[in-house]
Amino acid sequence: MEALLPKVRPVPAASERNAADVTALVVAHASVNAEYRHLVLHAPDPAPRAVAGQFFHLECPQTDRDKPFLRRPMSVYKADPRAGQVEFLYKVAGVGTRGLATLACGHTLRMLGPLGIGFSLARDWRGIVVLARGVGLATLAPLAEMAAARGIGVSAVLSARGPAQLMSVARFTQIGARVDTVFDSDGSSAPDNVEAIMRRLVDGGRADAFFTCGSNRLMLLLQRLGRELSVPGQVAMEQQMACGLGMCFCCVRNFKVANAVISRRVCWEGPVFDLDEALSW
Amino acid sequence: MVDLRVKIGALSLANPVMPASGTFADGLAQIVPFERLGALVAKTVTAELRSGNPTPRVAEVEQGMLNSIGIPSKGVAHFIATTLPFYRRFKSPLVVSISAPSADAFADLAAQFNLPGIAAIEANISCPNIEEGGKAFAMSPRATDAVVARLRAVTGMPLWVKLTPNTSDVASVARAAANAGADALVVANTILAMSIDIETFKPRLGNIVGGLSGPAVKPIVVRMTYQCAKAVDIPVIGCGGISSAEDAIEYMLAGASAVQVGTATFLRPQAMLDVIEGIAAFCARKGIAKVSALTGAVGDADMAIDALEAVP
Repeated sequence: MEALLPKVRPVPAASERNAADVTALVVAHASVNAEYRHLVLHAPDPAPRAVAGQFFHLECPQTDRDKPFLRRPMSVYKADPRAGQVEFLYKVAGVGTRGLATLACGHTLRMLGPLGIGFSLARDWRGIVVLARGVGLATLAPLAEMAAARGIGVSAVLSARGPAQLMSVARFTQIGARVDTVFDSDGSSAPDNVEAIMRRLVDGGRADAFFTCGSNRLMLLLQRLGRELSVPGQVAMEQQMACGLGMCFCCVRNFKVANAVISRRVCWEGPVFDLDEALSW
Repeated sequence: MVDLRVKIGALSLANPVMPASGTFADGLAQIVPFERLGALVAKTVTAELRSGNPTPRVAEVEQGMLNSIGIPSKGVAHFIATTLPFYRRFKSPLVVSISAPSADAFADLAAQFNLPGIAAIEANISCPNIEEGGKAFAMSPRATDAVVARLRAVTGMPLWVKLTPNTSDVASVARAAANAGADALVVANTILAMSIDIETFKPRLGNIVGGLSGPAVKPIVVRMTYQCAKAVDIPVIGCGGISSAEDAIEYMLAGASAVQVGTATFLRPQAMLDVIEGIAAFCARKGIAKVSALTGAVGDADMAIDALEAVP
């Protein structure tokens, strides 16, 4: 496995990437629950060729109240080249996403992408485990589909404050994923219980790799388990961005590589990184 | 057909539009054909390895952004081995931006870039000078004179000097740079600024303060470009909040021979191409045959600045 998926993946050069700044058309936009919205866009090539873990840099609309100056990075919830569509699942959390939430069907949105390096799957993996919380679900749902399409079994542990905040379970069950849900409301999302679930999945031979996004606490838990049980992993990270193209060096995070702390750009060397090298954020 | 060519001293550019240092890298080649740019300006390189400032490194404000990146740099060897060969693939002239903490260190660094494939050196003298208690070189005419003279002594290459707007008398700094041998001035770097999150009471940048860029700074830097162009006989390159052809033309009228586009590229990656096309269309509409005719063409001949308004 190590040989098929070397830890230090070469970072693709600009000439090997395919981002473009395109104008997309809103074809659906609806609330999923009290906080999250689901945006579906018809977008020209190369946008629908985005792979799981990649993101777009969105030009969020200005409103009377909000004047977002910079674009906002957002990971792909779904991309379908045949339908020519790109989907996002996002939480309305600030100036940019409040602007985005005003988009109606028929409106257009400029979006730069696909950007960054997505998830990697080794050829000989039989099963992966994804552990997601909050908006991390949006990032990991397309990974589950990519794995299933390659014949890799998916076990998903989905964490939320309560059942009302849980999203995308159908995205996982439709591809035959084994799904565990854990909640703050009944205490099942406590680290001890999540760890016990993960250990059972590893013992059951379902975890050739771990994947996570959306929670520092869960990232640290998976990292510790991965080291103890020799399970490799990948984590998708978020960071404030200005350019999205590796130019401004705003979106750096620190990583531990061979006992040295180095910084990497989330937009260019990421947003998906080796779990073992990640540092707490 | 409008003639878009401009001259920056001995260096000829196919058009007056280039990126501002720090807002440009190989990643943009996916969107912008680099051959269409007047020049390519690389991110500032330092002699030493630098990791940069703590995050958050960016904060958005009304009509602009603050940044405190801290000039992360992989050093000269990496630049020569990796960055330089990449930019040499394009025919547009390459400008190498350098920074150092002392006049001697600046000279040592510049001397390492007397290399084929480099068209000009841009000395970013807006950085802290350890010999002046951390004040930027370009805050004072004396420190500017010292560093530019040292640079002039070690390089025969076109030497552009990038000034800081964080000075009380930018025209005197401009004169000091020109008299010490600069071939052109870049006016200007970002404006020192601060923003606080009133919910958390925390500064919104990890470095507490940072540089303001974007449309918010444009009128200030247009004024500085005007003052500098009046003060010196060498070309001035305008840089500050340019996001459209109209902005670029305004800078040229104020005295700029060329312009740098920075923050606008973050918002619209093809912004520089739009500026080039827009300048050509403007000149065609106005019946202006050569874009260089715009430089300093502001209609101020019968006007004067009131003495009470003239400071700084």
